[in-house]
Amino acid sequence: MVRCFLIHTVCPISALSAGECRVLYSRVFGPDEAVLSEEHRELSPEERRLLQKEKVAVVARQVHSAVTLSREASGRQPVEMVPGEEALALQDADSGVARLRAGDPFDQEMSVLWLGVQSLGFTLVCEPHENLLLAEGTLRNLTRHCLEHLHMLGSGSEVLLKSSRIDVLLSRLLPHGQLLFLNHRFAQSLEKEVAAYMAK
Amino acid sequence: MYSHASESLIKQAREIQEPELQKFYSRLVKLLQGKELGHETVDSLQRLHLILSATKYTRTLPSELRTRLLSLLSSPVEQLQVLSSAVLREMAPLSGEELNYIQENVGQLNSQTAALLLSKAGTRADLSSVCAQLLRSLDNRPSEGSANSLMHVLPVLNSVLTHSPECLTEDHMTLLNKKLVDWLRYASIVQGGGASSGRFFTGPRSRQPVPIAELDGTVSGDFFTVLCVGQGFTEDQWMNVYSFSMLHHWLLTSHSASNGNTTAETDDRSEVDGSVVSMVSATSSSSRLLPPKERLREKAFQYCQRLIEQSDRKAQKKTDTELQKACLVEAVCILDCVCVEDASLVFRTFPCIKALFGRLSPDLSFARVLLPIAQFYLNHGEMAALDCESVWKLVLGQFPAVLFNDPFLAHELLRFLRLNLEKLQLRVPQYTHFFPNLLKFLAWDSPAVVDDFVDLLPSLVTPATAVELLHTLLDLPCLSATLVLQLRSTCLPISEPGGRGLLSLDAFRNPSFRGLFLFMLRAEAGSGDTIDRLSTLHDLLTEAADWPRVVQCAQTIPVLLHIYFNTIVTVADEKLLAHLILVMLERSCVLLNIPTYIKEIHRVFSCHLLRLCKLHPSLVVDQSHELLEFAGIPGNVYSKEEIYTHVVWVLGEYLSVSCDSRCSVRLITTCFETLEAVLFEITSSGSLPGAVCPAPRVITTLMSALAKLASRSHDLIPRVSLFLSKLRTVTRGGSVPWCSDEEDLVAIVTRGEELWSLLKAPGVAQSILTPSPHITTPQWHRDTNVAMPLQLRALTSLTHSQ
Repeated sequence: MVRCFLIHTVCPISALSAGECRVLYSRVFGPDEAVLSEEHRELSPEERRLLQKEKVAVVARQVHSAVTLSREASGRQPVEMVPGEEALALQDADSGVARLRAGDPFDQEMSVLWLGVQSLGFTLVCEPHENLLLAEGTLRNLTRHCLEHLHMLGSGSEVLLKSSRIDVLLSRLLPHGQLLFLNHRFAQSLEKEVAAYMAK
Repeated sequence: MYSHASESLIKQAREIQEPELQKFYSRLVKLLQGKELGHETVDSLQRLHLILSATKYTRTLPSELRTRLLSLLSSPVEQLQVLSSAVLREMAPLSGEELNYIQENVGQLNSQTAALLLSKAGTRADLSSVCAQLLRSLDNRPSEGSANSLMHVLPVLNSVLTHSPECLTEDHMTLLNKKLVDWLRYASIVQGGGASSGRFFTGPRSRQPVPIAELDGTVSGDFFTVLCVGQGFTEDQWMNVYSFSMLHHWLLTSHSASNGNTTAETDDRSEVDGSVVSMVSATSSSSRLLPPKERLREKAFQYCQRLIEQSDRKAQKKTDTELQKACLVEAVCILDCVCVEDASLVFRTFPCIKALFGRLSPDLSFARVLLPIAQFYLNHGEMAALDCESVWKLVLGQFPAVLFNDPFLAHELLRFLRLNLEKLQLRVPQYTHFFPNLLKFLAWDSPAVVDDFVDLLPSLVTPATAVELLHTLLDLPCLSATLVLQLRSTCLPISEPGGRGLLSLDAFRNPSFRGLFLFMLRAEAGSGDTIDRLSTLHDLLTEAADWPRVVQCAQTIPVLLHIYFNTIVTVADEKLLAHLILVMLERSCVLLNIPTYIKEIHRVFSCHLLRLCKLHPSLVVDQSHELLEFAGIPGNVYSKEEIYTHVVWVLGEYLSVSCDSRCSVRLITTCFETLEAVLFEITSSGSLPGAVCPAPRVITTLMSALAKLASRSHDLIPRVSLFLSKLRTVTRGGSVPWCSDEEDLVAIVTRGEELWSLLKAPGVAQSILTPSPHITTPQWHRDTNVAMPLQLRALTSLTHSQ
């Protein structure tokens, strides 16, 4: 299962101070692990929510530094792209996977897959026995849809103001964090539903 | 992509003031009271979500707004369901009343409501009730309602299974096992209607049902799987996809959870004749007699076999080719899983896995599929008497050498090694010899995999390969540069004019240096600890010292060296440790010249030299010749200050008869003379103006070492005392050329005076500077003077409340 899906900033941006990482969208699937763990029994619901937000922020920061280091090592600087060039932006994206140890920040060990498209990162946090090939394909697909339907290559703020579109996208392609084995026909069918929703 | 406008939106959402917020809430309530909920409502809901999610502190909504939002959960408009669920997820948990409301009004739990209930569940009981509700809806098929309404049930159950498997009762498990069997094996084999709702149109002039097709276009001749296509799909075909998607996880968690109860039965029933491998889909009549769990296992087995066969077809679309790969991985994992549960299935499975390995091993683009196959071989290879040699040769010998720059393969391969470490050490003894290959992952992308190596390195430290491993670790930045050059060399056949890496690339292609680089790129250990012309290699790679990849690699080495040394002391004998000390001394000047790298390595060496000598003091006498050689070179005081200081210190501390009976007076005298000569030289006034001063610590360490040695051989005391009094005289005259800082000079002189006065009473000097073991290894609990405070302290901490 996928534990969470995030969209966050990954490189120095003029709008933010150095090293700061802004989470633009986050969706944690399933029950809150703090509810079922021994050590967090005494937390109030507000504290649990805070804990979850902090965990998400930790993941975002880890990916932020992973992307920075990866781009530094490869020497490739992302090329500015404009709306309309989504496919190219995706092709040009950096990708990688990192390991999060148990307890840091999730109770179990997790694998974090990320895609760095210019100044934004799209991240999937997967449980250990997950099929990473499938996860990689799903992440690319999700990213492509987000870039297209939310016009993310432009300077708009749709990712903030139309987050329900991402929710619907996730409910079709990653329902409750379940990765799906979709051949092109099944995928087409779901994408038609998503497109119909986005058009409203 | 992320503009100032977006940033200010978030800031506004966070900093919105209470009065304005209340006004917004009231306006929203009014909007929600209306009959028609149009664009303005949707936009306001969206803004509400932004306001709530932008801050990590939970806001409270007025109860009327909460009630309105709850009612939206059952709205026919999907957008409203989505938004209300998203908003409520950011809030405090649902009260008992609210939960009742949902029970009564939302009827059959839709996907958004289920998500809300899951995320707000406060206890296991809450989760259990969600599961129970969903499973009830599975059992009682609805006569109306959209055909897609059941599809979220399996993902939700799977999600609960991850966190809390005990929320599902035995009955639930049985029901699910049965349903999964139906959907996996008996889904329709005709295409559904064209409409996206998946409904099957049954008009009077409906077309003849069209059978499903395979990915290469041919008509399918067997049961439906995720690799089958059609114009549209029926509901059970959708459930087939959902079932397979969760199958692996279901088998792993649910079956292992309830394994205890049914082992007795399965032993009887697993007398399946392994030699008759009938056509994949032939439903053996005996399977209907199996209990649900075993039946699911059998169907899972058949499904996976079919997938493996289907993956051999040439798909018409690229995305489907990718899916076939993912299906292969999943199928092999599931087969491995069922074989672990039921060992008799191994005999039916391994021919297929073996054939798959044969088919895929030549093609490196299937490397990630070969890893689960390797796992199968590791788990069941022995039982099936499979030849595993070729698998390990591929996985350990070829993959790292060719695919070191594939981050996903690196992650999965290293994970495979980590999870199976014990088994590998048992069944694949040659694993430790492949460290040069495995370290290529680290050399290429240190930040991503260093964490894995922290876990794996101890297993690679063996007495047989220890020395070569140390050399390899120290030269990892060179390997990093070599890999970069290797890739560049294959990508750019013609050298770029004025491009980066020109000199080193030329060197890489130069036949006379080929051997150096080939040694770096070797796959296995055993062909020599290191090369003679190592410094030549370092010179050739000088310009690589500022390549980011090389620098990142260099930054991880100190940590790994610490792990190396911490492990080696547990497995090495004194002879090996002696050899390692020599390696440290030798390599301290033979390192790739990356600015802080050399300093860091020296620091690590110093720390562990100290530790080794402390653990085995006789090493110092053993290696005294080499240590003295090192200590006798005045240049080392400046270029290797850290190590030099520690070498002198260990000589002073451990070159004594109490540490090793082989220590003769002659040895002590020789050592004394060597150190004395260096001390004279570095404190002479003959040094050029503007030259570097020796570090004060070196001087004080030398002085202390000389004093210690003298305390063991009293003839030497006059010589030391003479030097120390001369020192006092010289420094009284003001500044000295070998020490620029006045405070440091005072410290040096003070130390000199202390030693001088100590040496005036040789007996005292000996007991202080060469204390006998019982003083240096106190056993506090036996010492009556010390035991009492310890006892009191222990009692206090026990009686103190936490």
